[in-house]
Amino acid sequence: MKQNKRKQRRVIPGFGLSLGVTITILSLIVIIPLCSLVIFTAQLSPAEFLKTVTSARVLASYKVSFTTALTASLINAVMGLIIAWVLVRYDFPGKRIMDGMIEIPFALPTAVAGISLTHMTVDSGWVGQLFGRFGIEIAYTRIGITVALVFIGIPFVVRSVQPVLEKVDPQYEEAASILGAGKNYTFFRVILPEILPSLIAGFTMAFARCLGEYGSVVFIAGNMPFETEITPLLIMSQLQEYDYASATSIALVMLAAAFLILFVNAVLQSRSSKIVSGIE
Amino acid sequence: MKTQNKGGAVKWLLVAVSAFFLIVMLILPLVYVLITAFREGIQPFLAAVTDPYALKSIQLTLEATVIAVIINTIFGLFAAWSITKFQFRGKKVISTLIDLPLTVSPIIAGLIYVLTFGRQSFLYPYLKAAGISIIYAVPGIVMATIFVTFPFISREIIPVLTAAGTDEEEAAALMGANGWTIFRRVTFPHIKWALLYGIVLCTARAMGEFGAVSVLSGHLRGKTNTMPLYIELLYQGYDFTGAFAMSAILVVMAVFILILRNVFEYRGKKNEE
Amino acid sequence: MEKKYYVEMRGVNKSFGSFQASKDIHFGIEKGKLIGLLGPSGSGKTTILRMLAGLETEDSGDILIDGKIVNNIPASKRGIGFVFQNYALFRYLTVYENIAFGLKVQKWPKEKIKARVEEMLQLVGLEETAKRYPNQLSGGQRQRIAFARALAPEPQLLLLDEPFAAVDAKVRQELRSWLREMITRVGVTSIFVTHDQDEAIEVADEIIVTNQGRIEQIGSPKEIYRNPQTPFVAQFIGQSAEVDNFRELTGYANAESSAVRAIVRPEYITVAKQGEFLKYSLDSEEGVVEQTAFRGNEIELKIRIKENLLTARRLLDDAPVEVGEHVRVFISRVYAFDEQKAYVIENAALNTQESLVI
Repeated sequence: MKQNKRKQRRVIPGFGLSLGVTITILSLIVIIPLCSLVIFTAQLSPAEFLKTVTSARVLASYKVSFTTALTASLINAVMGLIIAWVLVRYDFPGKRIMDGMIEIPFALPTAVAGISLTHMTVDSGWVGQLFGRFGIEIAYTRIGITVALVFIGIPFVVRSVQPVLEKVDPQYEEAASILGAGKNYTFFRVILPEILPSLIAGFTMAFARCLGEYGSVVFIAGNMPFETEITPLLIMSQLQEYDYASATSIALVMLAAAFLILFVNAVLQSRSSKIVSGIE
Repeated sequence: MKTQNKGGAVKWLLVAVSAFFLIVMLILPLVYVLITAFREGIQPFLAAVTDPYALKSIQLTLEATVIAVIINTIFGLFAAWSITKFQFRGKKVISTLIDLPLTVSPIIAGLIYVLTFGRQSFLYPYLKAAGISIIYAVPGIVMATIFVTFPFISREIIPVLTAAGTDEEEAAALMGANGWTIFRRVTFPHIKWALLYGIVLCTARAMGEFGAVSVLSGHLRGKTNTMPLYIELLYQGYDFTGAFAMSAILVVMAVFILILRNVFEYRGKKNEE
Repeated sequence: MEKKYYVEMRGVNKSFGSFQASKDIHFGIEKGKLIGLLGPSGSGKTTILRMLAGLETEDSGDILIDGKIVNNIPASKRGIGFVFQNYALFRYLTVYENIAFGLKVQKWPKEKIKARVEEMLQLVGLEETAKRYPNQLSGGQRQRIAFARALAPEPQLLLLDEPFAAVDAKVRQELRSWLREMITRVGVTSIFVTHDQDEAIEVADEIIVTNQGRIEQIGSPKEIYRNPQTPFVAQFIGQSAEVDNFRELTGYANAESSAVRAIVRPEYITVAKQGEFLKYSLDSEEGVVEQTAFRGNEIELKIRIKENLLTARRLLDDAPVEVGEHVRVFISRVYAFDEQKAYVIENAALNTQESLVI
């Protein structure tokens, strides 16, 4: 059949209009700005680019960003799993409220969270005084950055795992316990594999978000080069010096990292869905 | 109910750990903002929030939020309609591009607008000739706000419409109904709550956006400060009472939004059974 | 003499990507008939229905309704009533509003809409549900409302996509005769899609059998059942067992046909215990019972005859047959087929007088 197909009629009206509006707004807001990033990147000299993204201060900022984001996301993975479990499997007074407050980090402006956490944890703050007695400083250290990132990342793991856990049929557990499996064994061999993909998805989303986070961190970090300077802040300071080339170069590295994380997640997700659905 | 009766000790231990973690990490910062804002009484609070610069920043935040919500609502409805009701090539690309702003750091979002409209952009001479300033001005702030909240509404509507399928719309079209009638009578009732839910999320994020707006504002006091930027300014000027007073307004908004969010989510679930 | 057709497809082709859903479809339907489009899933029957409705656009060929080519007429202007597989009732409108929808968009006057909706509700016998929403109805009720909604704007052609698929077995039986009766009463030309041969045979005036995008055979249910013209129809209709070389069977050695393989249906097999009377005893052969299964009103037997395993039936009241028992089997007719066609071949004994009586 090599003849030309007839033009396909669309039964539901509004295709041209809706796609037109969609593409117009999408172009203005997303595509054109992204293109300008590409155009600007093309003008960078490779040598210059390499030099910028591998300078000592920039490398140090990667390390700060990466370690704090990773630590915070790991804490959130563990706590998020526990909270999701508690919310799905147990009944207790105040459960509805606990469920409702998970999204506070989405609803609360990051800058507000930032100044609140900072003001609390400086030497003279409530929490700062408490920890100061044990010689632990939170504000203006990497611990502080991690605390801010934990705050930001809480909803991701909980909201990713919760719906999946709700769907795990308690019959699995009953079946396992009839077969004589202990509670821990059942959890790690039966339930965890079921929710692992959602846990990984939540973890990677939180991790990607934490890497790019700025508002809540900038106050608590102290922003000491080599010590507590995160990569987004470095981009910001390059921008304030109107050094667009450096800012863009570092931004490209961050974008690449974000896409890599999402890609790894996609690979892990498709692999685990293959195991579940049995398709090779 | 899936409640476990056995293992009571484990249950209460886990509940306690969760509650402690959430109270320390989420509730404490909220409460702290309110306490600090009113520590010196109501007078300083009122003085801080009625300062002309404060009022200006509130106004700008409201403007940017309202525009972002309107644009994203229009976009969300049209995008959801085209993506869920039709088959066409390039659909995946469009969906990916819509979700892209979620994965981009707010700082980078700001950066790409600077590159697009700033001094080194090829658009700059034309903009300048036309007397339009985008960067370090209100339009830039509004655009950045739209960018960071871009997928919020479409993402809520698309799954609902995907689940509802296209049969009802096809049936209505077969009977000769036009697009507006189909949307109003058949499609809209499906997405009502999801749309409201998306608007609430969009509002929350638009009000609070800091990084992207920070890049684009140039911090002209009074002119291009949104509430979060103004808070930063006050905080860095050691005006803690002022900073926390402004923050308190945002905290109250956040709590209000959370309550609405829960209501809409609940209604939405009930709506689609 | 050329018949006058109300609905016609002439050389219609349709593909989705590399999948060819319709290949050179030709058929004609007379006014007022109730037609069943029958075929396994993926055979292209729903595509034909959707092209008729205008929900899909054919790649080539012509579709005619009432003598006019409708290729370029949009779905909404074809004057068609369509009942979707899942009914596609508007979930957020009441039953009344659902039925009134098509009339409203056609700008009928208010009183006429009200009268028509009430008439339709009366027709389907669900007057009391007017104010309810679709999810407050049972499956059977939804089907009736979908039917009423499709018929309300007085379409000239009614299309139904698997109209009974979404209801459970018991209601389905009831709805079949109900639908048959309704359509006869309204007198609207109707086409319905089904994968269930019993449904097609019971409900339709005429059946179009589709397979792999082609039409295999068009005919009355009786014709389709008794005279399958293609191997596919022979196998698809009825409960059939396949025989690799039917000439091995007694009474078929000299059959005039180039075909080798054949289909044998239970209704053409008579089974007798040793000693029981069998009319064509000389032309019967011996078989061994391998399996018996109780089927309610009858006993189903699997009988081994040489290499072939055939399915046969005996009445419940007949003397019981046991597994391993040797029985006499007479096969009165087989459907022999080659690559292209199917042929009805009767046992030679039925045509020769001398073997009639022992």
